Amino acid sequence: MLPLSGERTDAKGIIKDKSDSGNILRGTSTLKRGFAHMLKNGVVMDVTTVEQAQIAEDAGAVSVMVLDKLPSDVRKAGGVARTASIRIIEDIMDSVTIPVMAKCRIGHVYEAKVLEETNVDMIDESEVLTPADENHHIWKWDFTTPFVNGARSLSEALRRIEEGAAMIRTKGEPGTGNVAEAITHIKKVNDELRSIKAIYDSGDNQDLVRMAREFKVSYDIVEETAKLGRLPVVNFAAGGIATPADAAYLMSLGCDGIFVGSGIFNANDAKERARAIVLATTFWNESEKVKEAQKMIDERQSMLGLDVKTLELRMQERGSSA
Amino acid sequence: MSLTIGVLAIQGDVHENITSTKTALKELGVEGTVVGVKTAEDISKLDGLIIPGGESTTIGQLSLVNSSLKIIKEKIERGIPVLGICAGMIMLSKTANDRVVGKTDQPLLDLLDIKLERNSFGRQKESFEADISMNSISIPKFNGVFIRAPSVSDVGSGVEVLAKFNEKIVAVKKGNIIGVAFHPELTEDVSLHKYFVNLIKKLKN
Repeated sequence: MLPLSGERTDAKGIIKDKSDSGNILRGTSTLKRGFAHMLKNGVVMDVTTVEQAQIAEDAGAVSVMVLDKLPSDVRKAGGVARTASIRIIEDIMDSVTIPVMAKCRIGHVYEAKVLEETNVDMIDESEVLTPADENHHIWKWDFTTPFVNGARSLSEALRRIEEGAAMIRTKGEPGTGNVAEAITHIKKVNDELRSIKAIYDSGDNQDLVRMAREFKVSYDIVEETAKLGRLPVVNFAAGGIATPADAAYLMSLGCDGIFVGSGIFNANDAKERARAIVLATTFWNESEKVKEAQKMIDERQSMLGLDVKTLELRMQERGSSA
Repeated sequence: MSLTIGVLAIQGDVHENITSTKTALKELGVEGTVVGVKTAEDISKLDGLIIPGGESTTIGQLSLVNSSLKIIKEKIERGIPVLGICAGMIMLSKTANDRVVGKTDQPLLDLLDIKLERNSFGRQKESFEADISMNSISIPKFNGVFIRAPSVSDVGSGVEVLAKFNEKIVAVKKGNIIGVAFHPELTEDVSLHKYFVNLIKKLKN
């Protein structure tokens, strides 16, 4: 049984169809959120080529995310970052059996439509790309394809879920190889979940209304989330993960799975590192196995990390106020 | 008599299956514990096992790493009931072909003689919900949640077809082994989990 808090049963993205064996429904919240549930305890890897996608699949990734450039290269290149080439996305879809995701710009409804038409399995409305609309995210209920969004707080996560996101991930600080921000974001979401749960348990409905106003979301979604004591959708860690120990630590903080961006394919030991991060994610609660995974990588091959305090571009702030 | 039922906890929707199985036990009034299992030691104690939905390539590779794949195969061959859901059904099969990519070179349990096609109904946008019937096990109506689901195009001798959708086989059974292409754990209906609990109870006696 899935939590379906906040679902809109009249959404445009739900398609009613007939078949020889009776009526069928596509694009329901059960199907969208259910898809994300199948990724749990897994690693989604950022890739830019067919070769990288195959390395990811062979390493045991549950899905690949196609970008034009890895987040750290987006940082270096500057300029405007857009959705990846459709031909590359299609080539990758034809060469791996695991689900293929792709990123679109925040608020860019037509990049999302193009990705839906391409038939990617999930769309990431991502702060790694340059936002197309600072004031509005995409109204994701209009799509049959599920979406994942980044969040650094509970209020941001609930706003995205209210817009139709079927999955949430931390924002972290992409392309830095620095896991500190992802850790801060998941701890903040966990703290806020604990406090609304406590309010719910105390029976103080007025205080929950106050929280809903503060979060700028409906009372219903706050109440249902408070009752659950967790987000009503799967919540992954993302942004700055570079080593097996990074992945295991985030799993131990209650994340449902891991996204790795630049950490694998900007390292000089991508194959071993991809495998090692998958092992550490699966066996995060067995220290011996995490150590074995960490031993598979060489720190001298890790991507050079960036101190988030000195960054000129903080991707995590993109789209946060809306 | 108390049953010990495990859900393979390598990757996928483990928790949802634990919840559905606990509900099934409660509704049937059967005593038992339901646990997520990862290691050979945990698996060896089970009376029944669920291999949940997830990514079959990931579950296969990682259960090879810690040798749980071997013990799962031994336990099932010795007769404990197993329910394979979506990726779990793929794991139970002898061979798997992907609709687009073709024959896959992935670790499988090689227990069910079925011709299986992965991602048989298409990609996520084509995932669907529809009512199906499993009359032979007295579940006439069940909300099938099919997510990038596989299907079976042909079965070997002794494999019973439990359900079809649009001429594709979506549920099979051979003795103690059940494979379904849809996700009963994502719905409120626990009738299939109840059927599975009863099978475990029957075979333990």
